[in-house]
Amino acid sequence: MSAEIEAKIIKIVSDQLNVDEGEINPDSSFVDDLGADSLDTVELVMAFEEEFGVEIPDEDAEGIQSVQNAIDYIAAKAE
Amino acid sequence: MSDSKTALVTGASRGIGFVVASKLAEAGFNLAICGTRQETIDQAAEKIRAASGVEVLARAVDVSDREQIQGFVQETAKHFGSLNVMVNNAGITRDNLSMRMKEDEWNAVIDTNLSSVFNAMQAALKPMMRARGGRIINISSVVAGMGNPGQLNYCASKGGVEAMTRSLAREVGSRNITINAVAPGFIATDMTADLGDDAHAKLSEQIPLGRLGQPEDIAAAVCFLASDSAGYITGHVLHVNGGMYM
Repeated sequence: MSAEIEAKIIKIVSDQLNVDEGEINPDSSFVDDLGADSLDTVELVMAFEEEFGVEIPDEDAEGIQSVQNAIDYIAAKAE
Repeated sequence: MSDSKTALVTGASRGIGFVVASKLAEAGFNLAICGTRQETIDQAAEKIRAASGVEVLARAVDVSDREQIQGFVQETAKHFGSLNVMVNNAGITRDNLSMRMKEDEWNAVIDTNLSSVFNAMQAALKPMMRARGGRIINISSVVAGMGNPGQLNYCASKGGVEAMTRSLAREVGSRNITINAVAPGFIATDMTADLGDDAHAKLSEQIPLGRLGQPEDIAAAVCFLASDSAGYITGHVLHVNGGMYM
């Protein structure tokens, strides 16, 4: 389950930020490592919401700064 | 169908909105148009289809209702698979001297003219950001800049629209989305017909070009801002007013 979530998240991040999937690690920070700007981070959260059918409130979205953050958040929501 | 572009126009049953929609159709855009009543917006759609042959989606929408206007924007993007241009034109007046203005006159104008534009733009950003491009054109008014006695609510709403236009232009410029406004002067429509012939004659005296404008004058400005030629213009308010305010 978690591996599946990770793969989907990496795919979304790759599409959104136009970065090769190979360059994306769980530790990658969207802004610091992958060059996301503030609009990108909003779009990423929107894309996660769509892909996983969840609603991510603003206060939670602020905590999703890296690929691992996103995996953990979605995994927790899925439980 | 997928290679033709889509434009959404609010308040398109008549007046400026109808002519704007017609001219965008002539320019080849498929259209999503809305008005207050289904019957009148259907009639407008039929005229446009007959004249230009484009696809027209017509809906009755209360733009002051956040769910309705956002739903219409989302339906448009889904139906056509894209949303390239959005023209926020729907507007009302509830004129009164400020000392006598009722709370509902204030609220109705702010909800319909200002909040609706925010709600529509918010919904449009999603497909436009995804497409890495889009054009939003908000219809303001000359009175946003110059003020007008008896129209404090209307002036406030249009001033707000111009401020939002600049603000959003800064936010989403990096995504190749441009946000501009067109500020009509006095245009010969139902909205100004209420004023009467005497008022029209007096108004014309204040206009260097000596006449009221026509909806086509506004439509031409909107079509320009929607065109590829206007790609480097954003955050701008284009005044189309015969020189009455400069």
